[in-house]
Amino acid sequence: MNAPRTLYEKLWDSHVVRPMSDDTALLYVDRHLLHEVSTPQSFVALDKRGCGVHRPAANLAVPDHSVPTRHRDRPIADPQARAQAARLVENVERYGIPFIPLDDIRQGIVHVMGPEQGFTLPGMTLACGDSHTTTHGAFGTLAFGVGASECGIVMAAQALVQRKARTMAVRIEGSLPPGVGAKDVALAFIARVGVNGAVGHAIEYMGPVVRGFSMEARMTLCNMAIEAGARVALVAPDDVTFDWLKGRPMAPQGDLWEQAVSCWRSLPSDENAAFDREVTLDAGEIAPHVTWGTSPEDTIAIDQPVPDPAAVMDEQRRGRLQRALAYMDLEPGKPIEGTPVDMVFIGSCTNGRLVDLEAAADVVRGRRVAPHVQALVVPGSGLVKRAAEEKGLDRIFIEAGFEWREAGCSMCVAMNEDRLKPGQRCASTSNRNFEGRQGRGGRTHLLSPAMAAAAAITGTLTDIRKLEAMS
Amino acid sequence: MSEPLVRIASQAISLPDPNVDTDIIFPARFLLKIDRDGMADCLFHDRRFDADGVLQEAFPFNRPDRQTAQFLVAGPGFGCGSSREQAVWALTDWGIRVVIAPDFGDIFSGNAAKNGLLLIRMDAGRTAALAAKAERGAIFSVDVPARRFTVDNEEVCRLDLSDAMAEAFIEGWEEIDVILNREREHIASFEAGHRSRQPWLFANE
Ligand code: SF4
Repeated sequence: MNAPRTLYEKLWDSHVVRPMSDDTALLYVDRHLLHEVSTPQSFVALDKRGCGVHRPAANLAVPDHSVPTRHRDRPIADPQARAQAARLVENVERYGIPFIPLDDIRQGIVHVMGPEQGFTLPGMTLACGDSHTTTHGAFGTLAFGVGASECGIVMAAQALVQRKARTMAVRIEGSLPPGVGAKDVALAFIARVGVNGAVGHAIEYMGPVVRGFSMEARMTLCNMAIEAGARVALVAPDDVTFDWLKGRPMAPQGDLWEQAVSCWRSLPSDENAAFDREVTLDAGEIAPHVTWGTSPEDTIAIDQPVPDPAAVMDEQRRGRLQRALAYMDLEPGKPIEGTPVDMVFIGSCTNGRLVDLEAAADVVRGRRVAPHVQALVVPGSGLVKRAAEEKGLDRIFIEAGFEWREAGCSMCVAMNEDRLKPGQRCASTSNRNFEGRQGRGGRTHLLSPAMAAAAAITGTLTDIRKLEAMS
Repeated sequence: MSEPLVRIASQAISLPDPNVDTDIIFPARFLLKIDRDGMADCLFHDRRFDADGVLQEAFPFNRPDRQTAQFLVAGPGFGCGSSREQAVWALTDWGIRVVIAPDFGDIFSGNAAKNGLLLIRMDAGRTAALAAKAERGAIFSVDVPARRFTVDNEEVCRLDLSDAMAEAFIEGWEEIDVILNREREHIASFEAGHRSRQPWLFANE
C-alpha cells in the first residue's frame, strides 16, 4: 500500500519531470495565462534567444490589468497603457499564442476568464504572472503566481524549477451565519494566521462549509490565500466542480470528459494523509469583516473597535500599526462602523463574478447610493457582465446610482484611470489594502460585495446584518 | 545574463519595517513600462519622494552615505504581495545585491534567484542585530565561492547555497538557459508520458 498523500502531493508528484534537490524539482507546467503587464519582458527574453514557444496552445493571453473600463470604442487614452496592450498583441501574434482581444465578449480578468473558458481544469499545473493565480486552486489545480522570467521559462520550456511547499489544512467547520460569506472567511483566516502565516505552504481548504460553497465562493477563498503568504491554495474537486466545468468551451468533451472526470475523482487527499500544519475556523463565529489598516491582516469584525497599537508589545509591530492608522486616518478605540467612505468599488478577481454582483444587487435593490459616494461596479469579465445584464442587475445598480463599467482589474490595482485621489476612502471588494494600491494616498477597506453595497447605500462602513434588519 | 555575484563588500541599508510589499518597492503605475530601463528610479518611489516630488531625506535609501550600498537589512515578510519581478529588477538596478531578512515573500524569492539577488534568511533577533550594525556603517561582505557572509570581518553565517546555485550566481547564469540547455530531453520524455496519461490536456493541439 502506498502512503496516504494529500491533494497537493498528488498534483506535485504527477508533474515532476526530475527532482533537482531534496525539496526542489523541475515541474511540468500544463498551462500558462498571460496578461499585458507581466509579460513584455518575458517575450524580450524569448526574442533574444530565438527559442520559440514550446506549445503555443498551452497558453492563453488577455489584456486586463491596465485596460480602461469606459469608452472601449476609442483607442486607450494613456499612451503607455496603449503601447503595452499593443505589445501584447504583437507578441502573441508573433508566437502564435491564443489571444482574447479587448473587444471580445470573453475578455476579462485572467482569473475570471480562465476558469470561465474551461482553460483551468482539475489535476493540472497552471502558472501566470500574477500572485492571485491561487484562485485557480479552487478547481483542484496546482496553480501559482510567477514573475516575468518564469513566464518566459514556461513559454520556452513548459517547465519550472519549484520548491515543494509544506502542506496546511484549513478546516472551516460548522455553518456560516446569515450575511457572512467566503470573503469574510478569507479575511478571518488572514487575521488569524497573519500575512506571513502561510509562507512556504500550500493550503488546502476543507470541511463542510467549503464543500457547501459554490465554485465562485471557493475561488474567492483561494484567491486571498496569497494574502496569508501561500503561493498555492487548493480545494478538492467534486461534483460541484465537474458540474460547473462541464460544457465550458475549453473543457474536454465526450469520452475525454469521462476519462478526465474519473482521473479527477482520484485527486482528493487520502484519508489519514498528514498535513504539516492544521488550522480550524469555526464558521459560526465569523462575523462580516472589514480591514482597518494597510495590510490584509489588519482585519476586524465590523462591530469591533479600531485596535489600539499601544496595547501591542512588539516595538516594530507597534510602529507598523501606528503608521497604518495614521495613513488610514483612523482613531484607535473608535468603532470602525460608521466611518464615511468616498468611493465604493465592486469587482476584481476576488469578487467580480456573477454571484458577487448578485449578492451586491440584493442589497442595492430599491435603494439609492448616498449622495457623496461614487460607486463603481466592474464585472470580472465580459461574460459576467452579459449574464448580469440578462438578469437585470445592471438596471438595479444604475437606478441606484452606481456606474456600470466594462470588465478589467480597474480600481483593484489603479493602473488605468480608475483610481482614488489622495486621502479618499474606498470600500472595496478587492484583495489588497496596501498603501497606494488604489491610487497614491488612497485609503482602502476590504470587505465583501454585500458589505460594499451596504457602504454605498449608507455612505459609511456598515454592518450588513443591521441594514438587512432595517429592510 | 544577470550580473555575476562573486565577492562584494559595502555598507548596508537598514529598513526594518515588517511586510514591505512589492507595491511599496515598485508602485503599480510604473508597471506600464515595457522594458527594463530606469528601474532604479522607481525603487521605493513613493517612500523616497512625497506627492509633490520632494525628496524624503529620512528614508534610508536617500541617505547620502549609503548610495553605493549593496546590502539591505530588511524586516519580516519583505517582498510579500504582488508577483511583479520589477521589484527585484529595481533593487538590483539600484545596486542592491544581497538582502537579509527573517523571511521573504515566496514569489519574490523565486524572482530574486533568477536575477542574481542573494537572499539570506536569519531569525528576527539576529536580523535586528545586523540592522544595528548597518546603522553604524559596518562593512558587510559576501564571498559566494567560499559561502561566507561577514560583517566587519566577523563571520555571521555560512551561505546556504547548493553548488548549482552558487555557480549560477558566480557565472550570472539565467535559469532559462540552464533549463533549455540541460533539461529539454527530460521535459520531452515526461511530456510524452503525460500526454498518454492525461490526453485531454492536449486535446486542442
Ligand atoms: S483584479 Fe486585482 S488582484 Fe486580480 S488580477 Fe487584477 S490586479 Fe491582480
